[in-house]
Amino acid sequence: MGLHIVVLAKMVPDPEGPPSSFEVRSEEKRVAVRGLPPVINPFDENALEAAIRIKERAGGSITLLSLGRNLSRAVILKAVAAGADASVLVEEDSLDQALLDSRSTAVLLAAALRTLEPFDLVLCGRQASDTNAGVVGLGVAQLLGLPAVTLAQKVEVADGRVMVERVLSDGYEVVECPLPALVTVSGEVGDLRYPSLQAIRAAKELPQRIVRLQDLEISLPIEAWVETVSLAPPRRERSCRMVEADTPAEAGERLAQLLWEDKVV
Amino acid sequence: MKDSMDILVISEQTDDKSPTRLTLELLGLGRRLAAENNGRVGAVVLGEGADIASRELAERGADLVYFLDNPALSRYNPEVWATLLESLLRRNPASLMLAGHTSLGQDLLPRLAFSLGAGLVTDCVEIRWDGSFLFTKPVYGGNAVAGIKVLTPLALATVRARVGEALPPSSPGGELIPIDQDPPQETRLTVKDRHYLEAGECPLEEARVVVSGGRGMGGEEGFEVLRELARLLGGAVGASRPPVDAGWVPSTCQVGITGKVVAPALYVAVAISGSSQHLSGMGDSGKIVAINKDPEAYIFKVSDYGVVGDWREVLPAFLSKLRELASA
Ligand SMILES: Cc1cc2nc3c(=O)[nH]c(=O)nc-3n(C[C@H](O)[C@H](O)[C@H](O)COP(=O)(O)OP(=O)(O)OC[C@H]3O[C@@H](n4cnc5c(N)ncnc54)[C@H](O)[C@@H]3O)c2cc1C
Ligand SMILES: Nc1ncnc2c1ncn2[C@@H]1O[C@H](COP(=O)(O)O)[C@@H](O)[C@H]1O
Repeated sequence: MGLHIVVLAKMVPDPEGPPSSFEVRSEEKRVAVRGLPPVINPFDENALEAAIRIKERAGGSITLLSLGRNLSRAVILKAVAAGADASVLVEEDSLDQALLDSRSTAVLLAAALRTLEPFDLVLCGRQASDTNAGVVGLGVAQLLGLPAVTLAQKVEVADGRVMVERVLSDGYEVVECPLPALVTVSGEVGDLRYPSLQAIRAAKELPQRIVRLQDLEISLPIEAWVETVSLAPPRRERSCRMVEADTPAEAGERLAQLLWEDKVV
Repeated sequence: MKDSMDILVISEQTDDKSPTRLTLELLGLGRRLAAENNGRVGAVVLGEGADIASRELAERGADLVYFLDNPALSRYNPEVWATLLESLLRRNPASLMLAGHTSLGQDLLPRLAFSLGAGLVTDCVEIRWDGSFLFTKPVYGGNAVAGIKVLTPLALATVRARVGEALPPSSPGGELIPIDQDPPQETRLTVKDRHYLEAGECPLEEARVVVSGGRGMGGEEGFEVLRELARLLGGAVGASRPPVDAGWVPSTCQVGITGKVVAPALYVAVAISGSSQHLSGMGDSGKIVAINKDPEAYIFKVSDYGVVGDWREVLPAFLSKLRELASA
């Protein structure tokens, strides 16, 4: 029958957008994003790519699970077309990501995952590009009692076990555990493949389920464990001394001279 | 004295069993925060030969050091660490637990947060005390900085390098307390082989000068020139993410929000545009020099010195002038 893999995919404003498109509204404690399309969090795309590679070798199916409000159907469709078989959207106006803490998100995703059982493997990103947290995946694993391995640069499945190459600051280590398990995926896995137009068309026919909070077995409200009390733009701009010269080579020489005089080198 | 303490630092050790620099920085930070709220600061050392690091930590600011020296702890196993720390914290309640924002800290603290029901803030760039702990961290890829409060009695945080300051050794040292518990034998995770990547001539985090290249270096050959410059300046070579993705340099070179965080006295950014993810990893450097052929590149806004031009023309002249100045 093959494996059932669930990929947790969060929708975020394109993190590669220019700094000017992220407007920090301190009074509202929120970042207003201007002119940036939503995308799947890049590490979640890596997770989906890892899932597709496993499916190619071992067979099975992939379910994409996303939680939020106003989830872009076009973005989901494109991700599904890359190689998933179904999508489940936990969608509700109240699910404003800027207001949910990692704990609440993990509780909701764990409850949604219970409705998708049985599954063999849950893959998620090492961290979301908006929260920059890296907490939700391990939270979900803990809530569901799954063994978890983080920071995968490679994920393979064989004989009911998952083998992970885990990124370290000076290399990597190999960690194994039995399925079902959860693995958080890092960028080293590689980019998500592009779906063909044909695949995008076909993906429109794949099953998509919308889940509401009332469909989940959770008691509300979920208690938050942390609270954002302030939000500010980063302090990073400096006044830059531009080295002027007739040619780039001369500018290079002058730069050396200047750094020497200022005792920077 | 009550046998609970306020702040607990999780130690990581280098291969020669001494505490890492980041561990000493966390202890310095813990010391400062503990002093502000009349608490004590402790450290936990798990590992084979844990007594070595424990003695050093006791002299570098820890009032108490819990340690467990056991051959079964030679390698980090998340479930073993989580079990031991969870029971230690249940026996000795703390109000704050700190770990480095490392592959260990990022893995361990979320597990503890959910097993202990404690709020966690990861990747902190500052922690202050104003009646409660206030944690500061970058969000939105470094495009904003959030101030966060933890609502549970125990707060957990992973902290970046250079947020705290290591304390000089002093005596008498703190108290050493062996942990009276065997590492659990049952774990679902098996940690197998460890592979090291070439470390380069000089580790990035320690370097006084970092010379980094970006996508505009165009390939491995470009990085040869940067290596030459780094050698001349006595520094290390770093990179933005594209050169790592392209395989021009090992991933251990990556500087940024998902790479290394550095704050050298001098950071030279060559053919790097200045994305917020990159800036998040080097924005606190002493002086920043940018070389970029695009006069509009954002990196110039966050640099102290800038040269507009193709690195192929700028760098050779820069290098030979530097040599001339150095030998004069
Ligand atoms: C979740 C996430 C995490 C990320 N983490 C990191 C991270 O940790 N670190 C990181 O660096 N990035 C990270 N990134 C990527 C980041 O968003 C940028 O894409 C990346 O930093 C851009 O690298 P760059 O400046 O080298 O390339 P580009 O933005 O393509 O800039 C190249 C620059 O080189 C200049 N140039 C080209 N040719 C020459 C020449 N011959 N001479 C001089 N100048 C030249 C160009 O003018 C340009 O400014 C992350 C992205 C995401 C989504
Ligand atoms: N709203 C969401 N929907 C789906 N997956 C999510 C959501 N929030 C977080 N995740 C997953 O959890 C990972 C870590 O998120 P975080 O802890 O916020 O950094 C992300 O990379 C996603 O895989």
